[in-house]
Amino acid sequence: MRVPLSWLREYVDLPAGVTGRDVAEKLIRAGLEVETVEESDLTGPLVVGKVLTYENEPQKNGKTIRWCSLDIGKDEPQWVVCGAHNFEVGDLVVVVLPGAVLPGGFAISARKTYGHVSNGMICSSSELGLGDDGTHGIVVLEPGEATPGDDAIELLALRDDVLDIAVTPDRGYCLSIRGVAREAATAYGVALKDPADLDVNGNRSGGYPVRVDDAEACSVFVTRTVTGIDAKAQSPRWLQKRLLAAGMRPISIGVDVTNYVMLELGQPIHGYDKARLSGEIVVRRANAGEKLMTLDDQTRELDAEDLLITDDSGAIGIAGVMGGATTEISDATTDVVIEAAHFHPIVIARASRRHKLSSEASRRFEREVDPLLPRYAAQRVADLLAELAGGTILADETIVDTHALPEPVTIRADHAARVAGAPITIEETVRHLESVGCTVAPAEHGARPASLAAGVHSPALVVEPRAGAATGGGAALAGDDLITVTPPSWRPDLRDPNDFAEEVIRLFGYDNVPSILPPAPGGQGLTVSQRRRRRIATALVGAGLTEVVSYPFIGAADFDAMGLPAEDPRRTTVKLVNPLSDEEPSMQTTLLPTLLRTAERNVGRGASDLAIFQTGLVFLPKPESKPAPLPSVAQRPSDAEVQSLYDALPDQPLHLGVVLTGSSTPTGWWGKGQPVGWADAVQLARTVATAVGVEPVVRNTELAPWHPGRCAELSVDGKVIGHAGELHPKVCQAFGLPARSCAAELDLDALIAAGPSSITAEPFSSYPVAKEDVALIVPAEVAAAEVEAALVEGAGELLESIRLFDLYTGEQIGEGKKSLAFALRFRAADRTLKENEVADVRQAAVQVAVDRFGAVQRVG
Amino acid sequence: MSGPNTQYDPVEVTPLHAEEVERTRDEALKAFAEAADLAALQEAKVAHLGEKSPIALANREIGALPPQGRKEAGQRIGAARKAINEAFAARLAVLEAEHEERMLATERVDVTLPWHTPELGARHPLSLISEQIADVFTALGWDVAEGPEIEAEWLNFDALNFQPDHPARQMQDTFFVEPAGSGKVLRTHTSPVQARSMLTRKPPIYVICPGRVFRTDELDATHTPVFYQVEGLVVDEGITLAHLKGTLDHFVVSMFGEGLEARLRPNFFPFTEPSAEVDLKCFVCRGASVGNPDRPCRTCGSEGWIEWGGCGVVNPRVLQACGIDTDRYSGFAFGMGLERTLMFRNGVEDMRDMVEGDVRFSRQFGMEI
Ligand SMILES: [Zn+2]
Repeated sequence: MRVPLSWLREYVDLPAGVTGRDVAEKLIRAGLEVETVEESDLTGPLVVGKVLTYENEPQKNGKTIRWCSLDIGKDEPQWVVCGAHNFEVGDLVVVVLPGAVLPGGFAISARKTYGHVSNGMICSSSELGLGDDGTHGIVVLEPGEATPGDDAIELLALRDDVLDIAVTPDRGYCLSIRGVAREAATAYGVALKDPADLDVNGNRSGGYPVRVDDAEACSVFVTRTVTGIDAKAQSPRWLQKRLLAAGMRPISIGVDVTNYVMLELGQPIHGYDKARLSGEIVVRRANAGEKLMTLDDQTRELDAEDLLITDDSGAIGIAGVMGGATTEISDATTDVVIEAAHFHPIVIARASRRHKLSSEASRRFEREVDPLLPRYAAQRVADLLAELAGGTILADETIVDTHALPEPVTIRADHAARVAGAPITIEETVRHLESVGCTVAPAEHGARPASLAAGVHSPALVVEPRAGAATGGGAALAGDDLITVTPPSWRPDLRDPNDFAEEVIRLFGYDNVPSILPPAPGGQGLTVSQRRRRRIATALVGAGLTEVVSYPFIGAADFDAMGLPAEDPRRTTVKLVNPLSDEEPSMQTTLLPTLLRTAERNVGRGASDLAIFQTGLVFLPKPESKPAPLPSVAQRPSDAEVQSLYDALPDQPLHLGVVLTGSSTPTGWWGKGQPVGWADAVQLARTVATAVGVEPVVRNTELAPWHPGRCAELSVDGKVIGHAGELHPKVCQAFGLPARSCAAELDLDALIAAGPSSITAEPFSSYPVAKEDVALIVPAEVAAAEVEAALVEGAGELLESIRLFDLYTGEQIGEGKKSLAFALRFRAADRTLKENEVADVRQAAVQVAVDRFGAVQRVG
Repeated sequence: MSGPNTQYDPVEVTPLHAEEVERTRDEALKAFAEAADLAALQEAKVAHLGEKSPIALANREIGALPPQGRKEAGQRIGAARKAINEAFAARLAVLEAEHEERMLATERVDVTLPWHTPELGARHPLSLISEQIADVFTALGWDVAEGPEIEAEWLNFDALNFQPDHPARQMQDTFFVEPAGSGKVLRTHTSPVQARSMLTRKPPIYVICPGRVFRTDELDATHTPVFYQVEGLVVDEGITLAHLKGTLDHFVVSMFGEGLEARLRPNFFPFTEPSAEVDLKCFVCRGASVGNPDRPCRTCGSEGWIEWGGCGVVNPRVLQACGIDTDRYSGFAFGMGLERTLMFRNGVEDMRDMVEGDVRFSRQFGMEI
């Protein structure tokens, strides 16, 4: 809502010298979102000139300019060049003289153009900061409106500040000068002159025939008729200027007046050419297949839910959204039927959305308009048409009114103070409520306070008003007394006790509410999972990885690039109805595609050695996807309903993704570096597991997007928790990454859940350690981890630790074989081990490997 | 080896003559002093303190003396031995110190050289700030609550008093999950975690909920369709707007420094009533830039205050939908965007830097913000 300060001043007696910025500051503190204050940067001289002479001078570029002399109230005429042609000798125009600055910072000087020295220029509406008036020419003043030499800034009120207010959904009344004026009057503590407070001279019947078939959707419908207007009459400058300042273009007197009254009062108005109406106006829902050509010349298919204004010819308008073309006011119109109605906000909101048509009218109806306004607004339009277009107002009026005004609400007199936690007196409470337009009275004997939530009476709290509580003034009421508050007709949002509390508190001032830190009962800090997630991140950073974030949206191309087979479960995704991009309609089932793309971007930007990680949810659809219910909000849903809400959602475990590329050890003065390899990825996965106290079992597996021979599967207690290794060469290629890039993905929720609940310390031996090395030749396909497990099993309790320290393949041991060398450490809890004891245990360990894998001890 | 011999006068045994003992001692002291290094000293030690050294031999001769002469000779020899031993130890200490000094000098390195173990990586600043906020509130005794990102529409909207026709529910803002009418959305705010907390916990409830949320905005310098919020919720007996202000003031001080405060401006949100915008006193200029064109402030645009988030007293309709007794309990809630917080707190100028995953962005922060 754009509010020119001059318009506001018409209804609020603002202190002299108050600027747009001052008013904005006050309104912001009262809860209006003033987004900008446009302050005019215009400076003169800007004067009224009378055209004395002009010559049309055709130019080489095809244009014809006018070389004009103007009377600007001085002895000598002022000579200027003008490109516009919409004026005649004797017209009054606005002339800007050298030295002036026009809105937007355009400094004016005498300049040579088209072979003349132009001493200023004649101004158009937009050059004056008034917006485009649609004339494509200069401003021509009315004869006698001014005399040559008059200050045009003063005359046209050109230096007006304009406030632009973003109106929140609960403050529909502020989509009008009337509403903002009310807030400004309250903020400054001055009187409001209500523009709707006007005499209605209608006789309540006999107007244009109207039938409302859907009283719920249309609770008020008022018409007035004005006859004999001159539809070609121009709107007066002051009216045009206000429309322009408010962001609307002047069109014709008939349209301009309805727009003007809408801006002023907030009531959208529709005017019909009476001659083009046929028969009774009927307000009803649309029939299947009905169509309407709206004012914007678009033919629209109507929906059965659309509320229509119709006559004998069919639909003539979508109620509250846009009128139809057939009954539009034109230059030929003489008699006008004025419609001022009240439509249900949801009906209008849905229609506006359905037709993707947001109009000035629909924006207001959606936020609900004061239901008492239609009759006054219709009168105001009629008055203006009579005054400005020479019409005659018929006393006949149509009034269909079934609107039920909001019920009074009974609340505790100290409710606002209790919500705020501030010493707001009852007197203040009553005063603030009255200043927003509420009527406040002590509650009747036996009244119950309204429930805080649903506007119904609460059985739990019955407070008897004190005997003899005085009426009015509020001062005689105590905190636990009840008051009955009737909201004003323009505040349909005031329904619950807290709605009233908000009005009181904002006028009391949020700044005046004290600041008290509430003492919470003792908490338990972070959960185990939250702590472990932090540890994992810290461990990864310690290992040199950098955390990144990316969007969770992926598409089939990602799965193809990863080489996932058609039946891979990761291809089954949760899809979005309205994705950002049709190429990425799915929620991620794996973190790797977005992470690989992030890696590619980094490599593309010159990062050669890259180690990145990301944690994020993956979204795994359930086999049978059920819709989530929408239970009533009138009470808590049942446990079963809550459960079905949760059950309807896909599984969303937290995953960790890692991508490594380049070198793990750079080449340097210490020697040659090491490229990143599968083992780095697997080791990182182990590090992550160790960070939360888990020792995963690792084995070879084949899974895209990894290299089939270089992919590790990690599991805990038989449950697979992730994979790590070198990426398949094709995947590196597809994602534009260097060959042999590596990756890992782990299910962090599963990993974290597998962590120990607590750890018990074991005593450790102070007896000496016995060290033994064992080298075993086994078939190449046998996993080192399995050989190690065999040794551990065979060695039993005396084995303190085991470490693989050498791996050998080559001629000495034959094809298809490998030699694994382990360092074993033995120690007993209660004695020094004897040599033969150690030899026996060593042999027992080797024996299991021999039995299980046909291992042969390598000697020497 | 000589045995005891009473026939001989003790003075007849040359090595035990006083002059001879002095000479032996002086020779030893001289040899030690002349030893240039530890090896030479070791040689001198063998020669002058070894088994065959003159002083050792002399010591053995004492036994051959008659008893009346032993005491004097013993004292003389003992004194000489002590002097030789001490001289040796002193010289050894000097030479060892010289040796160590020489060795350490030759082992000097250039400690500015790099090494091959990986440098510390970096957290994403969004993670760091969200953990810092969680720490501020866990210190107050609050819990950190979490929820899923694909959320039931009822929890994202209805339970929070968003009427079915509320604009925020429409297609232009919300990602809807297939099929249309599934009742599932990508959560548009962290507020459904509030609803979940109230449905599953009993008051008193004190929770802070950081998380990722989604709106169908195009990515540009100040918008991203995927962003992070943090939201706080308190439900307890006697909770008021004053408690909300107290909590926000504490939060502001914890994140931005002593002496700062929050300011509330009335606004509208469906899930709170009364509702307010939260402004933060500018932590850079502390308001000094207002009306002071000589000292403009980039952080607050010389407004003195920075818009930070939204807040309010929990609308009793929300409490009711989540099964909280509104006659007994009331609550407050607040929420902020973390990207926006980073932008003004840490001078991040472009939202895209935060979401593109360029490691150089995270690495500026390391593990600190
Ligand atoms: Zn500042």
